[in-house]
Amino acid sequence: MTTTIEAATTPKKPARPQSGPGSRADGWTRRFPLLPALVFTFVITQLPFIVTIFYSLQSWNLVRPGSRHFVGLDNYIEVFSDSQFRRVTLNTIVLTVGAVLIAVALGLLLALMLNRAFPGRAVVRTLLITPFLITPVAAALLWKTTLLDPTYGLVNFVLAPLGVGQTDWISSFPLLAVMMAIVWQWTPFMMLLILAGLQSQPTDVLEAAGVDGASNFGIFREITIPHLRRFIELGVVLGTIYLINTFDTIYMMTQGGPGIASSNLPFYIYQRAFLGFDIGQSAAMGVVVAILTTIVSIFALRLIFRTFSGNEASA
Amino acid sequence: MLLLFVPSLLLAGCAGAGSLGTGGAGKTVTVAIVSNSQMTDAIDLVPEFEKTHPGIHMRFVSLSENQARAKITASVATGGTEFDVVMISNYETPQWAANGWLVDLQPLADATPGYDPNDFLPQVRDALSYQGHLYSVPFYGESSFLAYRKDLFQQAGLTMPEHPTWHQVRDFAARLDNKKTGMAGICLRGLPGWGEVLAPLDTVINTFGGSWFNLNWDAQLNSPATREAVQFYVDLVRDYGEPGPAVSSFGECATLFGQGNVAMWYDATSVVTALEDPSQSKVVGKVGYVPAPIERTAHSGWLYAWSLAMPKTSPNHAEAWQFMSWMTSKEYMHLVGTQKGWSHVPPGSRASTYQIPEYQQAAAPYLQPTLDAMNNADEKKPTLMPVPYTGIQFVAIPEFQDMGTRVSQQVSAAIAGQTSVPDALEESQKYAQIVGDTYKGGVQK
Amino acid sequence: MSTSTTTPPAASAPATSHTASAPSKRSTGNVIMAIVSWVVGIVFFFPVFWMVLTAFKQENDAYTNPPKLFFTPTLEQFKEVLASGAGPALLNSLFATVVSTLLVLLLAVPAAFAVSLRPVEKTKDVLFFFISTKMLPIVAAIVPIYVVVNELHAVDNIWTLVVLYTAMNLPIAVWMMRSFFLEVPGALLEAASIDGASVWRTMREVVLPVVSPGIAATALICVIFAWNEFFIAVNLTAAQAGTVPVFLVSFITSEGLYFAKLCAAATLAALPVVICGWIAQNKLVQGLSFGAVK
Repeated sequence: MTTTIEAATTPKKPARPQSGPGSRADGWTRRFPLLPALVFTFVITQLPFIVTIFYSLQSWNLVRPGSRHFVGLDNYIEVFSDSQFRRVTLNTIVLTVGAVLIAVALGLLLALMLNRAFPGRAVVRTLLITPFLITPVAAALLWKTTLLDPTYGLVNFVLAPLGVGQTDWISSFPLLAVMMAIVWQWTPFMMLLILAGLQSQPTDVLEAAGVDGASNFGIFREITIPHLRRFIELGVVLGTIYLINTFDTIYMMTQGGPGIASSNLPFYIYQRAFLGFDIGQSAAMGVVVAILTTIVSIFALRLIFRTFSGNEASA
Repeated sequence: MLLLFVPSLLLAGCAGAGSLGTGGAGKTVTVAIVSNSQMTDAIDLVPEFEKTHPGIHMRFVSLSENQARAKITASVATGGTEFDVVMISNYETPQWAANGWLVDLQPLADATPGYDPNDFLPQVRDALSYQGHLYSVPFYGESSFLAYRKDLFQQAGLTMPEHPTWHQVRDFAARLDNKKTGMAGICLRGLPGWGEVLAPLDTVINTFGGSWFNLNWDAQLNSPATREAVQFYVDLVRDYGEPGPAVSSFGECATLFGQGNVAMWYDATSVVTALEDPSQSKVVGKVGYVPAPIERTAHSGWLYAWSLAMPKTSPNHAEAWQFMSWMTSKEYMHLVGTQKGWSHVPPGSRASTYQIPEYQQAAAPYLQPTLDAMNNADEKKPTLMPVPYTGIQFVAIPEFQDMGTRVSQQVSAAIAGQTSVPDALEESQKYAQIVGDTYKGGVQK
Repeated sequence: MSTSTTTPPAASAPATSHTASAPSKRSTGNVIMAIVSWVVGIVFFFPVFWMVLTAFKQENDAYTNPPKLFFTPTLEQFKEVLASGAGPALLNSLFATVVSTLLVLLLAVPAAFAVSLRPVEKTKDVLFFFISTKMLPIVAAIVPIYVVVNELHAVDNIWTLVVLYTAMNLPIAVWMMRSFFLEVPGALLEAASIDGASVWRTMREVVLPVVSPGIAATALICVIFAWNEFFIAVNLTAAQAGTVPVFLVSFITSEGLYFAKLCAAATLAALPVVICGWIAQNKLVQGLSFGAVK
């Protein structure tokens, strides 16, 4: 900012000031298109967050009028001494990492499968992407009711020959059940991403390798995987960003239970805010989570910037 | 101030253009409602109301119980203006009245000809009053009782006593439970949530002689009586209960019982709407009803009423009351009876409902058990030993929603077999004591 | 193939002998792979198929063990769903989705332009800022948002959702669009700037034609996320502005049977986006690759 202004105040090339790389007019024409989006995002996302920080310093229970007063960092101390909060943090990590990795692995397999020509490939691809398009609320309810219901569910019916019987997936393996629904929805996303990567492989290189007598696996390991790496990394980052904030699926399928076995941070905060109506505490949790995710995101974004460093150079 | 001001600039251009569709002359009354079947019937019948009340346009937000409660509480507590009428219960009513959030309905009810607020069942009326004034009007009320399959009992040569005890119920469940045929001995709620597993469990705790707090606000969740009760409940549902008890609630049990997969079911008196409707139930006519099982108290049923209240922030008091009084009137009962069928009449609110001959006929199998249960449920003396709180299946304090949910999560985990009952109760005791401490000395901190 | 004839003949000899026996092996392999692919595709799709199937059942048929594949289909569930207010919900969702997506594009295209073709200072910081807003848990901020929106008397106003959905999708859109802009050949821009074309003309005549497939892909992603959004909608709407996911949830009842009706509602809720996705799946592949497809 300051350098731009300095440069602009320095008179140079009076003939065509608007095209000078550092002139005021040019700086603003360059910056201006960015401003609406930047200001909008700042106002809508950051101001509520500042209010959240303000609330987090107060003791305020919505259903006990007159209880609101300033308490400093008390809420934060409570958050860190809450054993459930730690358990829920762990759940969040397990759920996010587990779902992302499984979805990426399955997505890779499906993408490789779809990258071969076979009759009806377009139809199969259409079938495969559909889960990603289903409303998450509907998907969660679908899994909870018609698929995983212990008595009337399809999954137990299909698995009955294997002696599964009336397994109650949602209460016996709650985190796994939630993960199943999420993986089902996100695998197509990962598949599409990796498929895009596969289809952008330079064919001449592959053919050359084929003619060189490299084995299929060799080609895959030496050429395809390095080429796909940036797409897989992108999938991991995007998946993490969205899945770390998973709420709908848990809310619809398990309500975080049994106990808190399938609660993640967003759901836990929701319960403190909309069940306990403890605004101060839920705000403090929100701030802690925001800080944690920002730390995660710094690492994730390093990855993404490296992924796009090739593009970065051209910019 | 700045924080509020900046987004307002962005929204300023959009103000006033909020609604799609609806509009026109007259007043619009917005109602937040829980999506149970009686409420759905009411929404279907609203055109009748709008016919007789031109100039009032009704709009409904219908949500499942948990969502409705979260949304309504958030809205009313923050002074939201989006609802003119909200559906709440006897848990919220006295607290919110004390907070000054609700309109006193007593003058309105007394001044409405033919409304007859004294016709409401006395226990329900008391539960919805604050300082002797009604702050919400009951739409339907329920207690709890035990439904059982008469045919299965007969086949097995068993006889259900008129006032069963919990230990008798367990013996029956053990006899009738058959994993091979997929028949569960009993269905009991296990889903976390203070309105879910805790509702039946609290009545069991009460009748076993346990409680949430003693008179000094010391938490009693790890007391011998409470522990015995919870252990009994968890063992019963784990040994002879439905599959997947930790996620089962009213709906799951209704389905299992209605489809003939359960022999007994202890739940709300409103189970009859699911069990006595041939389009949903395969066991119509085979079900008997007896009072809530007991152990050390004389009665053990809970008391719950879904009722309509008016937030003070509503700008349409007069119109809102017209709708509320319509939906809770004697005439409404007849309207539902003739339009939807007499078994659809909302029970447990008005004494006069039980005098309607058509209703007496339609509800014959369960009319008297329901009425008895309603009349025996006493919110003022819920437990064997005296306690400092009111409420049978809840503790009528604002912290109960959160505390109850945390405790219910522990219990549900014990039902799922992920923790033991003593461990679950030790953990629960901690939450309860934190809350209890803020009430010590008789004054809220 | 002809370009790779530089391969020494010695190496090509064993290769030909290898391929001689391959055709039959390869074709059986292909058949097996094709069958496996179809099976996998059907398995993934099956829950959706089951949802649609259940939507045509009577409630009693939806609750059977073993599950029923054959039954007398009925439109009763769809009729009931439509009769209980699906229309306004669909309209609200459509409005919030379309308007927020248009707003996103209106804001994101110039922004992406600024951070890619004519990078301003601290581009990385700006991009980081955008994406970091996606990491903040909306749950943490919902109470303040509710309080502010309530102060503005904008609860249950469809424009509130439009504004929030725009903010929700903007970061990802800026990122996607930026990648597409990076694909615009530098030579074209050079030419335009030598001609003395203004920023806007450059944008309109040189850049937009190149990035328009990218815009379509971005729009599709925004549509999917906006249409399916539940948490903000359920907390900030009431009777007027409720969207499809909120409407869907009103079919969960604690009493009685509801699988079939829920499936009917879920089918209706998912249908518009599923159709969009099916039609534009090629664009989606391109879009998800963030312009990395050359």
